Amino acid sequence: MRRQEESPIILLGSRLLSPYIMLFGLYVIFFGHYSPGGGFQGGTLLAASILLIRLSGGRRVSRLQIQEFATTPLAVIGVIIYFLTGLAAMATGGYFLDYEQLPFLAMEPGYMRYWGILIIEVGIGLAVMAILVMIYDNMIKGEDYA
Amino acid sequence: MLDFFLGHYAYWFVIILMCVGLYGILFKKNLVKKTIGLAIFQVSVVLYFVSIASKWDATVPVRDSNISVEQVANYLNPLPHTLMLTAIVVGVATLGVAFTLLMAIYNRYGTLDEQELLEEIQ
Amino acid sequence: MIESHLPALIALTFVLFAILIPALGFWKPSTSQPLAVLGSGIASVLSLYGFISYLQTGSIRYFFGGWEPPVGIEFVYDGLSGFFILVINTVAFFVLIHSRHVARTEYPGKEMPYFALAMLALLGFNGMILTGDLFNLYVFLEISSLASYGLIAIGSRPAPFAAFRYLIIGTAGGTLYLLGVGFLYTVTGTLNIIDMAAMLPSFATDTSVVAALVFMVVGIGVKAALFPLHGWLPDSYTFASSSSTALIAPIGTKVAAYILFRIVFYLFGVELTDAVAPITTVIGVLAAIGILYGSIMAIAQTEMKRMLAYSSVSQIGYIIMGLSLANPLGFAGALLHVLNHAVMKACLFLVAGNLRMKEGHSDISKFDDSYRKKYPWTMASFSVAAISMVGLPPLAGFFSKWYLALGTIDNENWIFLAVILISSLLNAVYFFRILEKVYMMNPKKDQKSATDAKRNEVGFSMMFPTSVLAIALFVIGFANAAIVGILFNIFPM
Repeated sequence: MRRQEESPIILLGSRLLSPYIMLFGLYVIFFGHYSPGGGFQGGTLLAASILLIRLSGGRRVSRLQIQEFATTPLAVIGVIIYFLTGLAAMATGGYFLDYEQLPFLAMEPGYMRYWGILIIEVGIGLAVMAILVMIYDNMIKGEDYA
Repeated sequence: MLDFFLGHYAYWFVIILMCVGLYGILFKKNLVKKTIGLAIFQVSVVLYFVSIASKWDATVPVRDSNISVEQVANYLNPLPHTLMLTAIVVGVATLGVAFTLLMAIYNRYGTLDEQELLEEIQ
Repeated sequence: MIESHLPALIALTFVLFAILIPALGFWKPSTSQPLAVLGSGIASVLSLYGFISYLQTGSIRYFFGGWEPPVGIEFVYDGLSGFFILVINTVAFFVLIHSRHVARTEYPGKEMPYFALAMLALLGFNGMILTGDLFNLYVFLEISSLASYGLIAIGSRPAPFAAFRYLIIGTAGGTLYLLGVGFLYTVTGTLNIIDMAAMLPSFATDTSVVAALVFMVVGIGVKAALFPLHGWLPDSYTFASSSSTALIAPIGTKVAAYILFRIVFYLFGVELTDAVAPITTVIGVLAAIGILYGSIMAIAQTEMKRMLAYSSVSQIGYIIMGLSLANPLGFAGALLHVLNHAVMKACLFLVAGNLRMKEGHSDISKFDDSYRKKYPWTMASFSVAAISMVGLPPLAGFFSKWYLALGTIDNENWIFLAVILISSLLNAVYFFRILEKVYMMNPKKDQKSATDAKRNEVGFSMMFPTSVLAIALFVIGFANAAIVGILFNIFPM
């Protein structure tokens, strides 16, 4: 019953929808620190826009967007952004993730927290997007031995 | 008595949902249905947390220039929502692991029926 | 300077290595195991340093993001958490050294995911122990559980099914714990353990506090494999690969037992716990049943790993029983048993791994007297750990049972005392039958099997951790007075 043919209508619809979902995801990430939203929600939306293309276009089309092997490094980069931001605050004498102590933002404490959270959100968003795509990729690939 | 039932209606929904989830976990033979029951069970606790944070005539906990910060009654308690965001993340990860395991089981045994699997393993 | 950051540094070490292993293993998978050993090594050095500085200066509280406790999340490094951290990180360090060859032969090409998952599991365990926030504890609980499901699923053919059953019951338990936290939050309005402990006495009669305590104990009981909730444990430990079992078996259930300690002794306090619901009595009785049930089931098994798994069910009963006694002797005995059992079980599972590596099985019925020729050091380590499990002096296992027995006498609880003594006999039955097969000559056969056997010992990377853990049992046994002295000081009342 399973038919392996591409449907141009579904692909076109997904291609039409996907950029707007991605744009909304970016909006949610970058406005997450002073309105409802944030890294996880935005990252999920980014992943949704990528997975939409993967579901409708199949492997050939999705390979043009984000390669399968690129997800692990992206997730690692996302976590490293989070980790280094926290560690930078620790290195200058504050607690882990204490944004007021961040060395590279010389501003009032309130604004330092504002920008510090934004950096964290970007890292989280990247990691969440990459990991959700990675889960999907690994699940369709299945086990490589029986 | 009626007030007790109507006044806590959100909690009754939570209890019903929790019972549905527990029924799925305990009595369904198909492992996918068990996983769905597990998801329903988790969602019921999420709904419980969200319902304890509800407040009439209150706004989102982002500072509004029309309402002063001292008027605590006008802002929602954001903590349960934040906690549940994390719990939802945990739920997503659990479902991901569960379905990956199910695919591994199906690849190895060709069935997802609990009884058949138990017989096969013995 | 570094002392004040220790609680965070221990957990962050595992975060760092959980990132580094995929990043470097992406290009060169052979770097994964040394990195994992390095990570757990750094963590165990830090936890040793932290425990020494705790003994000198007292407990350390760490506020993440600079937010003070009722608002922010804090990590607490006090005596109890410091002791557990030290035990699990040191044992994990030796087990990870051992996994080098097991990883190469049992699941080639999967080293990178395996060791990354191991780091995540250890991150979860460390976080659960260190955190001072009930919801954060749930998050770390799920991190460690999810990583454990993955670790268990790497193994023999039925391993994913065992992992799936563990996932269903474990997640249901975690969700029940979360519901209990929700009840406590609605009553007190805080999630911080120290803050909540100060508030709870005024809410002791509230029914939701009773429900919360029951839900939390049941939810954590699943993870701790408390007697009627242990169903996931034997299958998971048997079908998982040798390295996963050796990593999870000594650590996983101990950490859950730690949460029970935290809830009963620190969050509620013993008087309040018993005023709210007779929890300590109930879990004490369940633990006693579990001790006997686990020992009897272990005698019935012919597969060594499954026997050790049932033995774990029995041994976790000792720890919970010490908790239920709620006196200093029982507390010290339970904590000493945490240390002893972690070392003994790690050693025994490493022996099972060694045998699986060389013989391809660990079926007790196929053991014979040639084994003592083929694997002299492995079998010597096994004998030491087995005799310690039975509880003969001067090995470590004797002393924890001794203090537990003193604790039962202190409470005049003669049934528990009888359970401890009977269980020691049952332990002797299931361990000495293996020793008999290996060290006694088989009278029925001619003695060719023993004399012809050639020495076929495992490599250094596998032998070293096994024998170090066996020697550690002697050291703990001789140093028991000093350790118990420290543990008495930790007792919160």
